[in-house]
Amino acid sequence: MTDTHDVLFRTLADPTRRAIFERLCREGEQTVGALTARAGVSQPAVSKHLGILKEAGLVRDRHAGRQTHYSAQPGALAPLVDWTSRMAGFWQSRFDDLEDLLKRMDQ
Amino acid sequence: MTQAAAETRSVVVEREFPHPPEKLWRALTQPHLMEEWLMKNDFKPAVGHRFNLHGEWGGVLDCEVLAIEPNRSLSYTWNFTHEDAAFDLRSVVTFTLTPTSTGTHLRMEQAGFRPDQKQAFGGAKHGWQQNLEKLDQVAARAD
Repeated sequence: MTDTHDVLFRTLADPTRRAIFERLCREGEQTVGALTARAGVSQPAVSKHLGILKEAGLVRDRHAGRQTHYSAQPGALAPLVDWTSRMAGFWQSRFDDLEDLLKRMDQ
Repeated sequence: MTQAAAETRSVVVEREFPHPPEKLWRALTQPHLMEEWLMKNDFKPAVGHRFNLHGEWGGVLDCEVLAIEPNRSLSYTWNFTHEDAAFDLRSVVTFTLTPTSTGTHLRMEQAGFRPDQKQAFGGAKHGWQQNLEKLDQVAARAD
């Protein structure tokens, strides 16, 4: 177990926090307000959870006007998966780009 | 897709491409083409040539060409040095091209060292994150 593992497990151990992260993974970017409406806890509590998720690298924030939008960073979970699974995903994606390149080479 | 063996662990990714092996070979061995689908590099098709793959995330992979058989197979080391053993990776990547009636079957095998070795596990954490972003871009283009 590394420190990275500890932080990720600790961060996702809280059910409310995990639910927020899961919702962002499923539904994409959302504002604190939208998340609060369905979290069952107060906005300051949601903001606090988002802060902890952000510190663990699990979410990213984007400021637009007065609103802050949060999105999930599922890549942060990579340390929990062994290297073979990570690399399999990596190569699948590289092969996608290779496929695109080969099409362009035709032209 | 992933295989676990007693001695080594490896990843196998295979795909059919509707293009002849000669064309795939160019994409696998010409630096400017490799950069388009893999990473920036100073690859040369010569056994013993040492080169680096530069990820967009700033990470650098140390590689050495181990074997080349034009239009058929290519093998090089794929080492990522990281202070955290969880991300450190010593591995060998082998591409095998097989002609088919409609194009080429490409097989990529990445074999790592024994799991009980300190530096066996780990790898491209950042590569994977970048990979997810690439996936997003691919998905966006598909829309």
